[in-house]
Amino acid sequence: FKGREIDEELFEELEERLILADIGVKTSLQLIDELRKETKKRKLKTSDELLEVLKEKLKNLLSNYAGELRTENSPSVILVLGVNGVGKTTTIGKLAKQLKDKGKSVLLAAADTFRAAAIEQLEVWAERADVRIVKGSEGADPASVVFDAVQSLKARGEDILIVDTAGRLHNKDRLMKEIKKIKKVISREIPGEPSEILLVLDANTGQNAISQAKAFKEITDVTGIVLTKLDGTAKGGIVVAIASELKIPIKYIGIGEKIEDLRPFNPEEFVEELFS
Amino acid sequence: MFDALAEKIQSAIGKIAKKGRIDEETLNKGLREIKLALLEADVNYKVVSDFIKDIKEKALGAKVTKGVTAVQQLVKIVHDELVKTLGEKAEPLNLKSKPSVILLIGLQGSGKTTTSAKLAKLLKKQGKKVLLTSVDIYRPAAMLQLKKLGEQISVPVFLEENEKDAAKIAEDALKKAKKEGYDVLIVDTAGRLHIDEEMLKEAKEIKERIHPDEVLFVSDAMTGQEAVNIAKAFDENVGMTGIVLTKLDSDARGGVALSVKGVTGKPIKFAGVGEKIDDFEPFYPDRVASRILGM
Ligand SMILES: Nc1nc2c(ncn2[C@@H]2O[C@H](COP(=O)(O)OP(=O)(O)OP(=O)(O)O)[C@@H](O)[C@H]2O)c(=O)[nH]1
Ligand SMILES: Nc1nc2c(ncn2[C@@H]2O[C@H](COP(=O)(O)OP(=O)(O)OP(=O)(O)O)[C@@H](O)[C@H]2O)c(=O)[nH]1
Ligand SMILES: [K+]
Ligand SMILES: [Mg+2]
Ligand SMILES: [Mg+2]
Repeated sequence: FKGREIDEELFEELEERLILADIGVKTSLQLIDELRKETKKRKLKTSDELLEVLKEKLKNLLSNYAGELRTENSPSVILVLGVNGVGKTTTIGKLAKQLKDKGKSVLLAAADTFRAAAIEQLEVWAERADVRIVKGSEGADPASVVFDAVQSLKARGEDILIVDTAGRLHNKDRLMKEIKKIKKVISREIPGEPSEILLVLDANTGQNAISQAKAFKEITDVTGIVLTKLDGTAKGGIVVAIASELKIPIKYIGIGEKIEDLRPFNPEEFVEELFS
Repeated sequence: MFDALAEKIQSAIGKIAKKGRIDEETLNKGLREIKLALLEADVNYKVVSDFIKDIKEKALGAKVTKGVTAVQQLVKIVHDELVKTLGEKAEPLNLKSKPSVILLIGLQGSGKTTTSAKLAKLLKKQGKKVLLTSVDIYRPAAMLQLKKLGEQISVPVFLEENEKDAAKIAEDALKKAKKEGYDVLIVDTAGRLHIDEEMLKEAKEIKERIHPDEVLFVSDAMTGQEAVNIAKAFDENVGMTGIVLTKLDSDARGGVALSVKGVTGKPIKFAGVGEKIDDFEPFYPDRVASRILGM
């Protein structure tokens, strides 16, 4: 892609690269369109110049949507949502450790009472991060587990509660409505909370991630995205469309299965990776 | 889940139809729309390009058949091409040995453990004596997850919770299956990245030690453009005999079906359509192709 003239073939290749990074058809075509205009306007000559302009564009866009986690309130609650198998429980384990290392007291709520051994999985993470966990029995009402956890948090005067929820597909009404119930319990018991509602997205996901983000945003105020499994070959380009269309900030990336494999989202690095 | 794509393709074809006959310019326009629709459905870019090229050649080369409109002809060409890419018919499991062994592999969180239990229940219903085992020595509570699923369907689960060698567990499970007269052994493995050499080696080692009749690659229907590279890497480094597409109960357009089948040539044998153990069906490629075209 380096050292070439700007011609039709180059734009086509660029389209291919954008789409292969899962940036999506609509956003990719839009970006190419803008690039064509910029090429004329700024009299760009080489492929390298063009690529720089594109990278700048994306970095600017994404830097508006790179946010820090809000955990100043004590107590504060972080609710973690997402479709099946994206990495919610693992992310919670990693996050608990980071917050604990910052000196916060952290409590986990095992509100996935549906999936086999989901509770025990979170228990292992609680042990690894050395934080407390509140759990109900398998099949229990998730909202009631959350209620118990909030009471426990308040009683002990701890700082942060992180709530693990069952994976749910965004096109399943009944499961989506359950989120409202969980959130209601939290805000009734601690006004103003949850301060963070994190939507976990798998970087391997294609266009469907937009549909996921839309549906979760519609049902509740998603405050940020965690993009997991970026240690694979997928680029996770779909967050570009999500940031620009849905204006949801991206807060963390997951880059492995170990407890330390969670990083704040860095737009510069992310964009460089998109084209590497 | 293929409905949206079907709509787009039909509209594209509809536009061509208005012109009455297919000249190259109209065809190109129509094909561009079909291309974008397929890309929006997450079919891999390169798979789409080949697909469109094939269709174009056939459409231009097609002789007009009496009584058949040009549009009907294009629809048939697209349909045939989809069927060709997806596979001609539903492919059953190929279980020849006694006991037969099924090994499940795939990325983290794709649905291997759930699918293991679904398969066990299906085979049990067919009157087979089934044994499950998990060689996932990594993920927290992975073995317990399979154990609980096994309890739900009353299928025994062989576990060696303290063993640190995944291939050894698989081998021990096979010994047990042989000794106790099981018909089928289903082996659930840890999720692994297609670029993790160590973990790919482990999977290969497991495979070599238990000689599975079927190695099923479990793929999430919501996967995007990387699906081809992932499937290809698993096929080349471990080897597979078939594919299970999970989470088809989502609203994903499932272009991944075309991608993984297209790139590996391996049949998609089953579809996961929910979290419950009964949410599992054979994958019928011809039906899917017809659905894409709304036929
Ligand atoms: N390679 C990689 N694997 C990850 C990452 N995050 C999570 N995983 C793995 O993905 C799989 C699913 O993770 P979970 O945390 O169980 O996902 P979940 O969203 O809680 O799943 P459900 O509760 O079943 O919906 C596990 O095997 C994790 O180890 C990551 O950043 N990189
Ligand atoms: N909606 C839906 N969910 C599914 C389907 N198959 C599996 N799941 C869910 O997807 C999540 C991950 O499934 P698992 O079976 O744990 O996946 P895995 O591949 O074993 O995961 P790892 O062992 O961590 O690599 C769980 O929440 C399952 O309930 C399906 O067909 N539809
Ligand atoms: K990556
Ligand atoms: Mg979970
Ligand atoms: Mg598993």
